[in-house]
Amino acid sequence: MILPIIQSMRFSFFTGTGIIPDQFVGFGNYKKLFTQFPFKERFFNVLKNNITFFILVMIFQNVYGFILAVLLTRKNVFGEKAFRTLFFVPTALSVIIVGFVFKLIFNPVWGVFDQVLRGIGLGNIIRPWLGDPAIALPILALVTAWHNIGIPVIFFTTGIDSIDKDIIDAGMIDGVGVLGEIRHLIIPILKPIIGIVTILTFVGNFSEFEIVYSMETAYGNPEYATDVFGSFFYRTAFGTVMNNVNDIGLGAALASIMFLIIFIGVVFFLRISRKEN
Amino acid sequence: MNINIVKNSFLKTLLYCILALQSAVIFFPLFLMTISSLKASREIFKNPFALPSAVNLKNYIKLFINQDYELYFLNSIVISLSAILMILVCTSLASYALGKYRFRGNKQIFFFFLIGLMIPIRLGTINIMQMFLKLNLFNNLLSLIIVYTAMGIPAGILIFTGFIREIPEELSDAARIDGYGETKIFLQVIVPLLSPAIVVVAVYNLMPIWNDFWFPLILINKESLMPIPLATARLFGKHETDYGLLFSILTAAALPPIVLFLTLSRYFIKGLTAGAIKG
Repeated sequence: MILPIIQSMRFSFFTGTGIIPDQFVGFGNYKKLFTQFPFKERFFNVLKNNITFFILVMIFQNVYGFILAVLLTRKNVFGEKAFRTLFFVPTALSVIIVGFVFKLIFNPVWGVFDQVLRGIGLGNIIRPWLGDPAIALPILALVTAWHNIGIPVIFFTTGIDSIDKDIIDAGMIDGVGVLGEIRHLIIPILKPIIGIVTILTFVGNFSEFEIVYSMETAYGNPEYATDVFGSFFYRTAFGTVMNNVNDIGLGAALASIMFLIIFIGVVFFLRISRKEN
Repeated sequence: MNINIVKNSFLKTLLYCILALQSAVIFFPLFLMTISSLKASREIFKNPFALPSAVNLKNYIKLFINQDYELYFLNSIVISLSAILMILVCTSLASYALGKYRFRGNKQIFFFFLIGLMIPIRLGTINIMQMFLKLNLFNNLLSLIIVYTAMGIPAGILIFTGFIREIPEELSDAARIDGYGETKIFLQVIVPLLSPAIVVVAVYNLMPIWNDFWFPLILINKESLMPIPLATARLFGKHETDYGLLFSILTAAALPPIVLFLTLSRYFIKGLTAGAIKG
């Protein structure tokens, strides 16, 4: 499994138009990505978009999921198990299906989302959700959070469940409020799990492709506002459609950079979450 | 005292409001999708939120009769079941070796599989594509089965090794004294004890394999070989204006994983958390 990744890295030093690039160019492909128009523009745009996307998903999905998990694990919550299962239902679906469903929901031609907004008196914020470069990426992050909310909820509730109930009761007697309990008890104990959820999100976001493909095409519409590493990689390496000629060597260079980013990210978050314990 | 009770019941109400709201946010898009699939296109636009005036199966009839939808369903089943079977065979054997025998490099091999769990296999797609082109397995379901087997191995090893390490050594020793060979020990002593782990590994791998879109997109372009997610995208692009049909395509694709998850949720959640929290 690691072998194909290493093999792919080897091709990042080659160029050529065939399936197997055969002309050695050294770091030429990397240089192209970092310095040459239009690759440079696309590359740094993708880097910026992917970081933004990751931060937004962390908030919409994981911070919110953490709050839901804390609520679900309060004492005597009626239907707690049913809520947990329900929150996981979207996560069982293929990203591509989720993307298409929301593409239709946000579509102004059908306009159901806009009708809901008008219904609750927010008609004035209506805009072309998927066509506005300023708002399209946050919308994709929201849809991703809708899809994956089950993951933080399951991980965090399982983690909180494992905390000894006596410790929580002791805290209650000491008069620590809910916020104090979260800060001094839940977060320190859940640190490794928070680390795992962050890593899963990071790895998923920096190789994300399907949500962009299904909602904004492989070109990351509008005006590359939702272009991320996954879609850029797909276009570069495999995109034979439209006027794009695929460049396996350049695609391999991109995959290597993605590998490096993901590897550094995983090590970084692993270190943070394991420290002080 | 009174203030506390009022405050507590206020907080409880707030808690249920948030949980109910989140449930609605999850439920509503799926509900819209399902009711729309039972309407004619005109009704979808006229009364998007209303229940269908009469149950209309026209979209589904179109889907299954004109589009051979059951073929895609069959492809998905063949791919998923074969890959899961291969994963179970490979990982239970490998985990037995890793979990029961002490040998040099044991820890390193285990760690190697753990890294495999973190790094997405799609980063190696270029080489995977070249490999299958060379092997003449492009447009062949076997290519997907091989990729998914590789994808499922790390998690399978992790879950199985955890189980195998907890099986007391005395059991295999007793079998050895009775004159059982190593193969017989594995098949007749270890495998029956592993049955809960087998279910967890199978269910854990089912969703990512069933739902994968990336590898079919790269490795399959013959329509008759497409699994459901790729077929969904293909049909979606082809019938962009027929909303009734679009929603029936999406509902038909969404239903199997939802039903599967609701029946197997216990094992699924167990696999998800067991793997990651131990690691």
